Amino acid sequence: MMAHAIFFYIFSIIAVISAIMVTVSKNTVHSVFFLILDFISISCLFIMIGAEFLGMIMLIVYVGAVAVLFLFVVMMLNVAQQKNQWFISEENSGHIPVGLIISTIIFFELIIVIGGWKYKPDLFNLDNMVSINQLSNTHSLGQILYTDYIHVFQISGMILLIAMIGAIVLTFRKREGVKKQSYIKQISRERSEGVEVLEVATNKGVKIDD
Amino acid sequence: MINIGLGHYLTLGAVIFTIGIIGIFLNRKNIIVILMSIELILLAVNINLVSFSIYLNNLTGQVFTLFILTVAAAEAAIGLAIIVVYYRNSGTIRVEEIDKLKG
Repeated sequence: MMAHAIFFYIFSIIAVISAIMVTVSKNTVHSVFFLILDFISISCLFIMIGAEFLGMIMLIVYVGAVAVLFLFVVMMLNVAQQKNQWFISEENSGHIPVGLIISTIIFFELIIVIGGWKYKPDLFNLDNMVSINQLSNTHSLGQILYTDYIHVFQISGMILLIAMIGAIVLTFRKREGVKKQSYIKQISRERSEGVEVLEVATNKGVKIDD
Repeated sequence: MINIGLGHYLTLGAVIFTIGIIGIFLNRKNIIVILMSIELILLAVNINLVSFSIYLNNLTGQVFTLFILTVAAAEAAIGLAIIVVYYRNSGTIRVEEIDKLKG
């Protein structure tokens, strides 16, 4: 229990600090790196409390794919040129107190919800905390993911497919002036448009228009 | 302090959620950081779902966390594609200067 507490505090403090650094960091690349650190520490927490499959999946999906995607976009957009002050707007700074007030209200609402949860400790049986099943987390997750939730699973696959198609369609652009081989054009050439027989007069050249 | 229970994890989720919301509200720099704040908010939701799933010994929360991961990945891909297209067209992604719809 002691080790659990120590590791919980270590990982959660790292997670909270890196989440703050994501929002306040001046350099966008640093923000992406702190986002990676945040995801790694949260997935360590997941693995620690027994959701190993989700922890590993978060490492693969976020650190492996999404963070690299963010880094690529930051690299392509040349954001480093747009240096300016942190949180400071030239015209109106009226959004800062409003945002802080709304965030504080949301935070206290969430804390009130958690407090209300603590007031009803006998709502659920606390003995359930001890896991009694022999199967591993991945095994049991697969058992219900491919049976009870098969339709939702396939819909999420469709969502990924549509997202992929949408991203390709959005960022696709036709560039002018690039010489490309066109098979259809090559195959469908006829003799009439390719070859022309000319009568050549003696001692005179032939003008070829190209 | 020593006995780590559900409340600790929910508090961590609440803190990260609030940091994400602060990041959305206060950001003036570029819109990529706003997307990252949305990822933080989704991460906080995932923390809540997983901790409740462990607490109640019910795997449904983890299944839905998996689906949230899917939707978050799709959303990040589409959002970044839109940002790339916008940058190509207008040359900036600063939040203050994105006001074409203002009229």
